[in-house]
Amino acid sequence: MYNAWIIARREYRLHFISPIAYVVSTLFLLILGIIFVNQLETYLRFYHPIYQPTIPNIDIFVGPLISILLFVTPAITMRSLSEEKKNGTLELLLTTPIREWEFVFGKWLGTFLFALTLLGLTLIYPLILNHLLDPGIDWGTLIAAYAGLIFLTATMLAFGVAVSSFFSNQIVTYFATLSILLFFWLFGVLLQPTSSSSISEEALRYLSFAPHMVTSFLRGFVALKDVVYFLSMTFLALLIGKTSLEMRRWHE
Amino acid sequence: MIRVSHLTKNFGNRQVIDDITFNVGKGEIVGFLGPNGAGKTTTMRILTTYLPPTSGKVEIGGYDIFDHSLEIRQLIGYLPETVALYPDMTVLEFLQFMAKLRHINNAKARINQVIELVKLDDRVNGYIGKLSKGMYQRLGLAQALLHEPEVLILDEPTIGLDPAQIIEVRNLIREIGRDHTVLLSTHILSEAQQICDRVLIINRGKIVAEDTREGLQNRIMGTQRVLLKIRGEAEDIVRLIAGMTGIISISCKEEDTLEIETNSSDGMCPQIARAVVNAGYDLLSLQPANMSLEEIFIQLTRDEPELPTFSDYRIHN
Repeated sequence: MYNAWIIARREYRLHFISPIAYVVSTLFLLILGIIFVNQLETYLRFYHPIYQPTIPNIDIFVGPLISILLFVTPAITMRSLSEEKKNGTLELLLTTPIREWEFVFGKWLGTFLFALTLLGLTLIYPLILNHLLDPGIDWGTLIAAYAGLIFLTATMLAFGVAVSSFFSNQIVTYFATLSILLFFWLFGVLLQPTSSSSISEEALRYLSFAPHMVTSFLRGFVALKDVVYFLSMTFLALLIGKTSLEMRRWHE
Repeated sequence: MIRVSHLTKNFGNRQVIDDITFNVGKGEIVGFLGPNGAGKTTTMRILTTYLPPTSGKVEIGGYDIFDHSLEIRQLIGYLPETVALYPDMTVLEFLQFMAKLRHINNAKARINQVIELVKLDDRVNGYIGKLSKGMYQRLGLAQALLHEPEVLILDEPTIGLDPAQIIEVRNLIREIGRDHTVLLSTHILSEAQQICDRVLIINRGKIVAEDTREGLQNRIMGTQRVLLKIRGEAEDIVRLIAGMTGIISISCKEEDTLEIETNSSDGMCPQIARAVVNAGYDLLSLQPANMSLEEIFIQLTRDEPELPTFSDYRIHN
């Protein structure tokens, strides 16, 4: 476990050296900021105490935040294992007394800590919102939403690390991860539950991220079943990553 | 220290290592000598537990590579063929990182020791990406030595270095070899001869010969080649030299240059020179030619020395 922590620390610190991480985080915060200001302006312009009494809530940036995360998390993880594979540092590391799962877990943990830092920075928006609105925002909903965001990010990063274990080209890794994440997000949105849904449709829906976010965490609920879902998806993805590293032992 | 028996490795249908068996004793420096693609790197990757063997048994320090892979990794220091280090770390950061992965107590003192050993003192805070090829290779060696491993596995340690650096690294390995077990691979004959106590010659995944340093020396010296450059009718001279005792073969390299293989350690230079001059030909040059690794292989895989014949004699224009 200590080995995983060493890998994670290096991975985390590397994000503050590599230019990619700075570009990614700048874009992330910039786009989110533009959307936030734009949304806020729209609300304030059309606000009327009688005809248009809706007041903005945290949804105005949590929704866009999820969309941006779908594109940003693959960029955070695309380097992780792909670069080690490409440079050949994998051979150096895997001939030290470190187990494959410690290595993969450490890589994931490093990217996760970096993503947490980014998410932490976005907390400025609810604070601004709280300052602008008269009764303030609902802190319970905010905490639930952020808990959901953290679980979702953890899972998406684990998918990214798993995909990066298969390719040595970072661009291939990015797009492969992105397609998988979009797929997992979209089919949950597209397959709305109806009375005539078949079992396979239900199963597919269950596997998707969306129903575990939209109707639970974002509504202010923290349900055990959703927590279990995200934790097991994360675990499964990291297991795939570990197995893929061991695959070099099976063929070449 | 290292016991390998009947090791075989296939990549698909391609057999890379074909039933090799060898032992390396404690404190011995053993060289793996072979041309590129002979199976040296694959063997080393198996020994370092990076790749599993297809069949056969490998034991290092009494541990089996399947059952105790982590113990073995702790026991060995490994310098991969094209060692890859993190270019975005400084020398010190990298060694600290490796020291942590290796769980070294008193890492600071050990890192300083190793840095001094490989003479990187003045680049401690320099980025690895900015190091020269020689420094880079020495840092790779430092990383392998960091945890004071009992067994050192070095894959082509002097590849890509300039002559001065090669000598430096060779001296370093010899120094380390005094109290460590070292297995190193090379495709340079003289390197194996200089550093190793014992040499395993490997070709196409098979060990074709195993010899001590002296044995290897004799093998090379046993037959000596000389290049003879003369002015005159080549055919007559060939007939003249072929009549001498101790000549193994004669072949024509260029228009006026003959390559003569003899079984005498001095290449029979005096006798040949005398014969040529006495016969009235102009001797332009006569020089011993070192045997290349390929030629050694040809010799090792040749069952019996050939009788001197004219069959080798061909003139290419």
